[in-house]
Amino acid sequence: MKKIILSTAALAISASMAMAQDVVRLGTEGAYPPWNFINDSGEVDGFERELGDELCKRAELNCQWVTNDWDSIIPNLVSGNYDVIIAGMSITDERDEVIDFTQNYTPPDPSAYLAMSEDVDLEGGVIAAQAGTIQAGYVAESGATLVEFATPEETIAAVRNGEADAVLADKSFLTPVADEDADLMIVGPDVALGGGVGLGVRESDPELKATLDAAIQSMKDDGSLNAMIEKWDVASTF
Amino acid sequence: MFSYCADPDTLSGLTWLSCYLTTGKHMQFYLSFGTVLLLLAITAPSALLFGFFGAASARSRIWPVAWFGKGYIAIVRGVPDIAFFLFFVIALDQGFEWVRHQVLCPDWDQPIRQGNDFIVCAQAKLPRGNTAQWVHEVYGFFLAVLTFSIVFGAFAANVLFGAMRAVPHAQIETAEAYGMSRRQTFWRILVPQMWVYALPGLSNLWMVLVKATPLLFLLGIEDIVYWARSLGGTANPRFTEYPHGDWRMWYFLALLIFYLGFTRISEIYLERLMLKLTRGQATSGGEAQRKVTA
Repeated sequence: MKKIILSTAALAISASMAMAQDVVRLGTEGAYPPWNFINDSGEVDGFERELGDELCKRAELNCQWVTNDWDSIIPNLVSGNYDVIIAGMSITDERDEVIDFTQNYTPPDPSAYLAMSEDVDLEGGVIAAQAGTIQAGYVAESGATLVEFATPEETIAAVRNGEADAVLADKSFLTPVADEDADLMIVGPDVALGGGVGLGVRESDPELKATLDAAIQSMKDDGSLNAMIEKWDVASTF
Repeated sequence: MFSYCADPDTLSGLTWLSCYLTTGKHMQFYLSFGTVLLLLAITAPSALLFGFFGAASARSRIWPVAWFGKGYIAIVRGVPDIAFFLFFVIALDQGFEWVRHQVLCPDWDQPIRQGNDFIVCAQAKLPRGNTAQWVHEVYGFFLAVLTFSIVFGAFAANVLFGAMRAVPHAQIETAEAYGMSRRQTFWRILVPQMWVYALPGLSNLWMVLVKATPLLFLLGIEDIVYWARSLGGTANPRFTEYPHGDWRMWYFLALLIFYLGFTRISEIYLERLMLKLTRGQATSGGEAQRKVTA
């Protein structure tokens, strides 16, 4: 009898664990077009919205979108407020010590400088970058003066109003900005940083990581990932 | 919103503006004003309650209680707000989940802390993983209210602690001479009279609280400043039907007007409250009122 009770209890626990897996909460920033942004109707939109929805469909997960400040996006993941970071986050060794990454869903891609004129001093000038990004780390080591901002929008504004000489960010983010504004242009050589963009998951969540890895792999295999990357123009293709 | 908004490219002037200002994103912006006001409406009284208990226990004759009260006031006032809001909320959430975990899942054999990760059983998660998004939002809002109450409660406690000591000692002595117990003196003499001394400090706190709401986004709640920043940022035509340049200035101007208006309304009400509290008090204000009526 005792055994039966125990095994039913075990069954109930494992069943409820499977239930808990049903809803997977995806955390994003919502301020980094074309990767992720809030559209006119107030919903998360962009490359990662489409990608996340497709991955969840393939992995048969029920996904929910959450926005979170970039600064606290990793602490909130490890404390379990959402299950996945999908926010254009480059895979770096530093972050990998704290969280796990799936395989990348965009290849390592160049970052670029955006400035008001061609002849800015990229080595010794004042360079803006979003705080806590690989670009900020790169600028800090390059010898230029780093000014950090909480949001991508503020880094661009800093260049416009002369607070910074240039901004270093993902080229895919800066290109549409440069296209729209005649005063701003991409300057200097591209900089290769990071190991591509991946989904961040908790280190204690290997099952979810495996599921998402498989879903990304299937999208890589049938070419739908490349099509999506081209549609949103976020990176080079695989 | 309006039927003519189907194709915004063809619109101009006021019709464009009327469509632009009624997008779903703008509606969420307007709603967030409600969120902020609701937060203030709940936080202010609960912070006052925290403050009252903080001050009362700091005055206690039982030393563990007094230490607790004084420790609460000193520690919370000393920690920078932003650190408090970044880490305390996560700690609070984990604390709740840890307690639930201990109660609900006694058979759990895995460690709760695995490296950086905080893992509790599915039943202990708050809110449960499968609940709707709005439950998560309400829970986040509740955590925000609690955090704001604890932080502002400490400041309020310090104000009330000072106000309790500002009540003229003669009043307390008289009460004792009438044979009131310590408890009676506290509730009947001290508490009714302290508010007039506390109000200037409390009204300051209220103003600071009104302007502290942008800290909400650190807790994942989308407040008016978050939406103003998001809406005002450059809208690239590739990603929106309503492209525009960097309009953050205009949005922040609107917020400025809101905050100034709110401050003015608060001032009017606080002034009225002050008049009411001054009545019959042994202060210069109370004396002036007495002379007018006499």
